[in-house]
Amino acid sequence: MTVTTPGPAPAAPAASRPALCDIDIHPRLKSPADLRPYLPQRWWDYWQSYGLRRRHGYVKGHPYPKAHPVDGMRRDAFPPGGGMPGSDLAFMRAQYLDRYGLTHGVMNVLSPTGAGELNAEFSAAMAAAANEWQKHAWVAQEPRLKASVCVPYEAPELAAAEIRRRAGDADFVQVLLLSRTAEALGRRRYWPIFEAAQDADLPVGVHVFGYSGYASTNTGWASFYVEEMAEHGTSCSALVTSLVFEGVFLRFPRLRLVLIEAGFAWLPPLAWRLDRIWARHRDELAHVTEPPSETIRRHIWITTQPMEEPDPPEPRHLTEVMEWIGPDRIMFASDYPHWDFDDPDLVIPATLDAATRHAIRAGNAMALYRFG
Amino acid sequence: MAKHVVARVGEIPDGGRKLVVVKGRPIALFRQGEEFFAIANRCPHLGGPLIEGTRVALVTSSCPGRYETSRAGEILRCPWHAWEFDLRTGRSVTDPARFGARRFPTEVAEAKALSVETFPVSVADRVVLVEL
Repeated sequence: MTVTTPGPAPAAPAASRPALCDIDIHPRLKSPADLRPYLPQRWWDYWQSYGLRRRHGYVKGHPYPKAHPVDGMRRDAFPPGGGMPGSDLAFMRAQYLDRYGLTHGVMNVLSPTGAGELNAEFSAAMAAAANEWQKHAWVAQEPRLKASVCVPYEAPELAAAEIRRRAGDADFVQVLLLSRTAEALGRRRYWPIFEAAQDADLPVGVHVFGYSGYASTNTGWASFYVEEMAEHGTSCSALVTSLVFEGVFLRFPRLRLVLIEAGFAWLPPLAWRLDRIWARHRDELAHVTEPPSETIRRHIWITTQPMEEPDPPEPRHLTEVMEWIGPDRIMFASDYPHWDFDDPDLVIPATLDAATRHAIRAGNAMALYRFG
Repeated sequence: MAKHVVARVGEIPDGGRKLVVVKGRPIALFRQGEEFFAIANRCPHLGGPLIEGTRVALVTSSCPGRYETSRAGEILRCPWHAWEFDLRTGRSVTDPARFGARRFPTEVAEAKALSVETFPVSVADRVVLVEL
């Protein structure tokens, strides 16, 4: 019998890697006390006494666990020194930022940020604290990472004030909303957010999930977790329809919208359907003065994760969808450190030409977020 | 093909695991009772590290409303996108014909029967070998 013994682990790949931008990285608090330095005493005490009160039927927001630990985490993303995935910058660098050669990343803090909080003043204080925390605990330590402005979006006037406070601060590169809002996102009550974002020259990123208080599907509560995963495309279809038919992009012509973690293969057929019904009901939508597909193509960017994976694998189906949306409108997103993380070296279809792959991997984000 | 000593039996408890590297290739080794299963430490979907996966039972359903669990610990769930693989075959549970993680044969042998020069074993040890 020939017996050999294990050799050393393979060397890490060389440092020279193509530019990489990631539009969906989730940092996380080590503990709620991380926000304490940035919260007025009033609101820290309030939080400790009364907790978060959201428009949602579950006390803790979502049904957890989601088949993966804590809030749906990659099992290998728990820092060896303890704490939650996404809470340890050094480990995030080792496992993701440095390993893949990240050039620029956009952070989306999901919770606690005041999102969906019913006490409007508390919601605003939490959003402001989350923004200060991102600025000091993350961007100052790791300049490749930029922050999204958390806002109390169900109190749009207060949200607009927070956006104006961050305008011109290079640490912040977009405004963050969650997709499940109390009302359809195009409705008039949310317009102050879009106006302030446009004035601040910040794209509005809409990340899926949230606290609408309604069932996650428009036919009621789903039985299974995977139904919720499949639903994001339909709620974002409704969201895009609302924004287009309310005329939001015509009222705010410099507004740029980024859909994050919603998938995207649903977008072309939605645009075709909207064009068709718009053309037939012009008097109801007289304020919508161009075909919806033109508005969508001009104002909406999408992110890759989670990318549809036609089964059996047929790259042509996916790349045709990407061609319709536009090779200049698609940006890589990883969702690190969540379980549905996408590897930037593997997930961008190899059948796309090199220029398009670069555009998705970095170029489109560099242009949209004005990364230097 | 050659056989490679990758572990002492005693260092991996029942239900345990060990990441080993053979010929530069990371391999996830799992123990189930007295059996050892070895698969490439790279999910065939998007490259997730299978050594970090969860070991679950096979859940089947003969009809809606009826569920059967069997083979506890023999199904490995990727730590990223939750694809499940049969540790005995490496094949995907949902789509075995098309999709699988590379599996390597294993065996247990007495160390004294082998000529092991650099892997630290004593003659009393039983060792796990992976073939590739």
